[in-house]
Amino acid sequence: MSTSMVLMTIFSTTLVYAAPLIFTAIGGAFSEHSGIINVGLEGIMIVGAFSATVFNLTFVSVFGAATPWISLVIGGLVGIVFTLLHAVATITLRANHIISGTVLNLLAPALCVFLTRIFYSGKGQTPIIDQSIGNFTFPGLDKIPILGPILFTKTSLVAYLAVVFGGLSWYLLYKTNTGLRLRAVGENPAAADTLGINVSWYRYLGVMISGLLGGIGGAVMSQSITLNFSASTISGQGFMALAAMIFGKWHPMGATGAAIFFGLAQSLPIISGYIPGLKNINDVWFQIAPYVITIVVLVIFLGKAVAPAADGVNYVKGDS
Amino acid sequence: MVKQKYSGLIVSLSAVLAGLIVGGIIMLVFGYSPLQNYGNLLNGAFGDIYSIGETLRNAAPLMLTGLGFSIASRAGFFNIGGSGQYLVGWFGSIIFALKFSFLPGWLLIIGALIAGSLLGGIWSWIAGFLRAYFGTSEVITTIMLNYIALYFVNFAVKQWFAAKGADASANILKKASLRVSWLTKLTDNSTFNMGFLIALIFIVIMWVYMTKTKSGFEINSVGLNPQASKYAGIDTKKTIMIAMLLSGVLAGLAGCIDGLGNYQNISVSNSLPNIGFDGMAVALLANEHPIGIVFASILFSALQIGGLSISVYSTTPPEIVDIVIASIIFFVGIRYLFERLIAPMLQKKGVKN
Repeated sequence: MSTSMVLMTIFSTTLVYAAPLIFTAIGGAFSEHSGIINVGLEGIMIVGAFSATVFNLTFVSVFGAATPWISLVIGGLVGIVFTLLHAVATITLRANHIISGTVLNLLAPALCVFLTRIFYSGKGQTPIIDQSIGNFTFPGLDKIPILGPILFTKTSLVAYLAVVFGGLSWYLLYKTNTGLRLRAVGENPAAADTLGINVSWYRYLGVMISGLLGGIGGAVMSQSITLNFSASTISGQGFMALAAMIFGKWHPMGATGAAIFFGLAQSLPIISGYIPGLKNINDVWFQIAPYVITIVVLVIFLGKAVAPAADGVNYVKGDS
Repeated sequence: MVKQKYSGLIVSLSAVLAGLIVGGIIMLVFGYSPLQNYGNLLNGAFGDIYSIGETLRNAAPLMLTGLGFSIASRAGFFNIGGSGQYLVGWFGSIIFALKFSFLPGWLLIIGALIAGSLLGGIWSWIAGFLRAYFGTSEVITTIMLNYIALYFVNFAVKQWFAAKGADASANILKKASLRVSWLTKLTDNSTFNMGFLIALIFIVIMWVYMTKTKSGFEINSVGLNPQASKYAGIDTKKTIMIAMLLSGVLAGLAGCIDGLGNYQNISVSNSLPNIGFDGMAVALLANEHPIGIVFASILFSALQIGGLSISVYSTTPPEIVDIVIASIIFFVGIRYLFERLIAPMLQKKGVKN
């Protein structure tokens, strides 16, 4: 393989695996900036992956090639509905955020495999989808010498969209009134309340955005990588997205960058065969690298990478 | 005080009932009979001596992971790494049993139990150490350590202990097993083993430790008020590490018991075992009370073992049981709602709070 072919393979494989993580990690950042810890990202991804697959299988005859793209939206919408459980529990009913998030992680696989068995005659997995999100070549851009073949040929369009989402999210969180208020209720809900900001509403908003993006993230997984749904479709990606969000210091662009880095780590076992120095390294080191890196980063950046001040703290009016 | 004590119990019982009702409604919606399924579940969990043996066998590791979660929780920490600690414990016990198979039986078993629980302890001690000296959130580190454990154990089993192409190690010798013939015979050839008795012993030991010893008092104290404890001269860093170490030792011991008592070998896991989270559920439902943990673990075990017969006698997907379990934890989580509903009932009319 020529160098540019190897680079193209590395780049596109990285992006394919990074895309679900980018969406989900950004979603997590929204929730935590509003003050609600969300360890339920894994569960949200499972629900997104499941609903997208069911939609795709059911409506492929109606929407044709556009089906997987519409499925992403459906995955996001169902993600919102599912995440409302977390929102109601933590914001309205003052539940512990970790317990409620863990409930999402336990409930999602049970519910989705249950429904899969009902919809698909007792089997624990769905059939393979016919229309999936394949690779994409940017017309025109692929003609750019050297960079064109590497960056813009047979690559993942959905990953490029995810990066754009990262930029949009940064703008929304840091440059708009809504974003400022959302972050305010996560830093100091009592002060925000005094200024007339509806704390509950902005926290609901934060959690619902995490449901939308986590659902899309899971849908991307099933619509572009696994191509069906089973109990093992989402296996740790939600926790990896959580790690990416922390590695990215709760910042949407940071989370995006970290997710791409973790995407690279996930794709290395697949592409290491082509890269001379990596052939002899066992896959296990690539598999555990994202998790070890996250711990190391957390330890090193102590005091520098801190979560929003009121992250995980329930706000009870008149209590503080 | 009496009322508070009962309100905890009432909240837990209401949560169980609510969880069962949610499961029943879901079954009704999809055209399955809740009465028939719950009947089969009950029968499958307690119907005969064999089923009871299976249910109690499965309750032992739940008891220990629940106990482990509650010790860390007493010190104010969320150890959600029970699954990873269980996994390294299981791994450690089987490897010891295979490598030192020349030892006499009792020594082999004790050695394997110690090896596995120590590995589990070290695994969560890492999180405790990072928390004590660097302030790193134990929630994040234990989640990360879960996956490190999963991939590392899978790698080690495949690379070093399984025959080429196989996904599991060799079986341990009979003398290293926690299964003893009188318990097997007593329960009509079930997998019931010494693990349940070991778990009960540890429930008592930990209850004594937490209520009667200085170290246990320090753990409770740090959990209630870290600043005041520090001011009172308690070494909070040491206490955090002890609490996390013990928590992991118990989760690791759960892994040993499943390894030596149930599986008899170590195999590759496709995903993280649920047991760490189930143990957390047990502890939460029990309000972290040792006696409560015994009953809560038997309840969850009954749901899991009884749940197996749901799909034997009907077409209902077996996952309904996991939905019920998740719902129960959800209802325990929103105990505020129950407390609001129950408080007025417990108070005499005319008394304001």
